[in-house]
Amino acid sequence: MYEILKKTILNPTVARMEIAAPLVAKKAEPGQFIILRVDEGGERIPLTVADFDREKGTVTIIYQIVGATTMALNQLEEGDCLHDFVGPLGTPSHTEGLKKVAVIGGGVGCAIAFPVAKKLHEQGTEVHSIVGFRNKDLVILEEEFSAVSDKMVMMTDDGSYGTKGLVTNALKELLDAGEQYDEVIAIGPLIMMKFVAKLTKEYGVKTIVSMNPIMIDGTGMCGGCRLSVGGQVKFACVDGPDFDGHEVDFDEAMERATMYKEFERHQYDEACNLFQKEVR
Amino acid sequence: MPNMSLTKNPMPVQEPDVRNHNFEEVALGYTKEQAVDEANRCLHCKHKPCVAGCPVAIDIPEFIAKIKEEDFEGAYQIISKSSSLPAVCGRVCPQETQCESKCVRGVKGEPVAIGRLERFVADYHMANCKAAPVKPESNGHKVAVIGAGPSGLTCAGDLAKAGYEVTVFEALHTAGGVLVYGIPQFRLPKEIVQREIDTLKEIGVKVETNMVIGKVLSIDELFEDGFEAIFIGSGAGLPRFMNIPGENLKGVYSANEFLTRVNLMKAYREGSATPIQHAKKVAVVGGGNVAMDAARCAKRLGAEEVSIVYRRSEAEMPARLEEVEHAKEEGIVFRVLNNPTEILGTEDGFVKGMRCVRMELGEPDASGRRRPVEIPDSEYVLDVDCVIMSIGTSPNPLIRNTTKGLDTNRHGCIITEDESGQTSREGVYAGGDAVTGAATVILAMGAGKHAAKAIDEYIQAKK
Ligand SMILES: Cc1cc2nc3c(=O)[nH]c(=O)nc-3n(C[C@H](O)[C@H](O)[C@H](O)COP(=O)(O)OP(=O)(O)OC[C@H]3O[C@@H](n4cnc5c(N)ncnc54)[C@H](O)[C@@H]3O)c2cc1C
Ligand SMILES: Cc1cc2nc3c(=O)[nH]c(=O)nc-3n(C[C@H](O)[C@H](O)[C@H](O)COP(=O)(O)OP(=O)(O)OC[C@H]3O[C@@H](n4cnc5c(N)ncnc54)[C@H](O)[C@@H]3O)c2cc1C
Ligand code: SF4
Ligand code: SF4
Ligand code: FES
Repeated sequence: MYEILKKTILNPTVARMEIAAPLVAKKAEPGQFIILRVDEGGERIPLTVADFDREKGTVTIIYQIVGATTMALNQLEEGDCLHDFVGPLGTPSHTEGLKKVAVIGGGVGCAIAFPVAKKLHEQGTEVHSIVGFRNKDLVILEEEFSAVSDKMVMMTDDGSYGTKGLVTNALKELLDAGEQYDEVIAIGPLIMMKFVAKLTKEYGVKTIVSMNPIMIDGTGMCGGCRLSVGGQVKFACVDGPDFDGHEVDFDEAMERATMYKEFERHQYDEACNLFQKEVR
Repeated sequence: MPNMSLTKNPMPVQEPDVRNHNFEEVALGYTKEQAVDEANRCLHCKHKPCVAGCPVAIDIPEFIAKIKEEDFEGAYQIISKSSSLPAVCGRVCPQETQCESKCVRGVKGEPVAIGRLERFVADYHMANCKAAPVKPESNGHKVAVIGAGPSGLTCAGDLAKAGYEVTVFEALHTAGGVLVYGIPQFRLPKEIVQREIDTLKEIGVKVETNMVIGKVLSIDELFEDGFEAIFIGSGAGLPRFMNIPGENLKGVYSANEFLTRVNLMKAYREGSATPIQHAKKVAVVGGGNVAMDAARCAKRLGAEEVSIVYRRSEAEMPARLEEVEHAKEEGIVFRVLNNPTEILGTEDGFVKGMRCVRMELGEPDASGRRRPVEIPDSEYVLDVDCVIMSIGTSPNPLIRNTTKGLDTNRHGCIITEDESGQTSREGVYAGGDAVTGAATVILAMGAGKHAAKAIDEYIQAKK
């Protein structure tokens, strides 16, 4: 059992938890993820290692409530335990030798991008962060990002905070202004990553994206997480989750992500009903 | 006077049209009377040919003799000298190519139903003998086992009985390996596997789930933590795909994914949190036990038509005879000598058909089986909305990629010196599917046993 030591609400649908998992904390690196089950019989869901403390033996996760399992997770409070917590899985992000990088986070993708930005900053890389949200209420990790960024741009779709527009607008501006990046790291919704990759391809800037297909085991056993990258089949859980954004077949990945849409909607409604009853 | 009937006592089973709608066990097991009657078919051959056919050399005529005397617990004690998972092997061993293939009664008529008798004895023991196993005294030596499949569990059990402090590290949240995530409930109830694991725990084996070795801890770190020897029983879990167009469409599963969702994640249960496609027409590509299991699960999930698509003929199918028979009875369509060439999709990315080509058998290939060759211009489209690829698996690279000096062959299988399971690294042993590639439960178990013995000798010699 893995105890929840701390829980912080970041915005109406996103929260952060610090979990006691000493062995995972010892090994975790930015870019890796864990798989958890809230309870016996629950689904296995992957979440990125948002931070870790090797001394304290804790791993931080940040999750957005999108469906039944994340909702069940959010019902837990400090002192409660997760049934299963396995990791660290996946290949760590490659950060060696990078001098100047643009890190782009979209929505809850910022939770995945933050540990990478932090590591780059700590190793002396110049970090330009562009973070984007739908509106002001959804902004997360603003302070954390500014603390590790040499330049930081805040974007919102509706202009309720920062600059109005998409992260691609901000990136294009920086590139047009002559910024030279060794690499762009883009993490967020598939559609955002697709358009960032499209843009950077025009500018010839290497781009890494973090893919989040549906996973079960996370160890290369089921093949459910497969993607086409450069015309080859890759398993995101072991070969990734980071891939060359110019090689990924985003359209296929977007199709595959909708496989269980109906089922998920149903589960979500059930969970809503269940938890509302409990409150009453 | 022995029972000279030419046929085995038939196994009582659930009716095909009932069982293909539920996940309860198909074969119901012999009654005492049936078991004794079947035991009476054994001639107690002096040279025991059947024993040579059993990879762990169970003393078959001896245990059958006890059944005749109705000393079922005595029979169990004889089996358990050689096998630690009789309730499992009695159910899933390919007996027709092992013990029963050597039985003299099989020369004229059917062999003695050794597997069914083994199952009877094991089930009897489970139901009637409550004596708690005794925890042996510790000898103070620590051994780590990676993987809680049949090879790892057997190795752990034997070492624990010899007094070792054994910790099993398992990647998934449940121990059992393929026995829990692959082989379905209707063929091997999970409660049986759980019982075996509980027994191991009672004799002191520690089972740590959620531990992916190579990620959370490496082999070298296990040694640093004080383990004196390590057994790798990590199986062959990496699924192969055909690399034909359309394999990434929605509705194409690897058998591993499909079976994991159904078995480990219980997607077949009403109200399960795990999604699974409830397809109408399913094609399962392959001809092994895995393919049969996937097909029969798909049928039970409500598919109207499930076909096995296999490129050779039925005679070459690697599946157990009983599984093929059961699958047919349950209405699975066998499309043998057919090979998929492309999976076709709808506009929104779901499977809508599979293009296949008909095959014929040519000259024998390296495996000794006749090589299937395409019949020109014989392509057609099979109407399906789900395809399950069941064309084999290979060992997962996680451990070999993180362990220096551990030699593997070009298929990714760990190389061992001999039966002992000794790898190219001192103190590291391996066995089961991780060494042989996908094989059988009993071979995995046998490998675990041999390795346990070798590990014991290795540690004793060091002292
Ligand atoms: C490597 C990786 C890292 C991730 N990191 C984070 C993170 O740090 N924070 C975060 O909020 N989310 C993250 N996700 C996404 C997260 O796993 C899903 O939001 C979660 O599984 C949704 O489960 P649910 O039951 O609440 O929602 P559902 O209603 O089941 O699904 C909602 C959405 O989540 C996707 N999803 C469902 N099940 C899975 C699954 N088993 N694996 C992957 N995706 C699934 C669905 O495609 C759908 O788009 C990550 C995903 C991956 C693969
Ligand atoms: C669907 C199906 C049906 C089958 N039917 C039959 C049958 O009827 N009869 C028969 O004899 N055989 C059958 N087999 C084959 C048989 O199940 C296998 O040969 C046998 O289970 C192999 O045992 P094992 O211990 O080597 O590996 P496995 O049973 O594969 O167990 C390996 C375990 O190691 C774990 N693991 C892997 N990597 C790591 C890691 N890095 N760290 C920690 N743990 C790890 C895995 O999660 C798994 O639990 C079937 C197989 C399948 C898939
Ligand atoms: S373990 Fe398998 S091969 Fe050996 S006697 Fe039993 S059924 Fe036959
Ligand atoms: S070969 Fe057949 S008849 Fe002879 S001892 Fe073995 S089981 Fe009995
Ligand atoms: S999640 Fe199963 S192979 Fe990647």
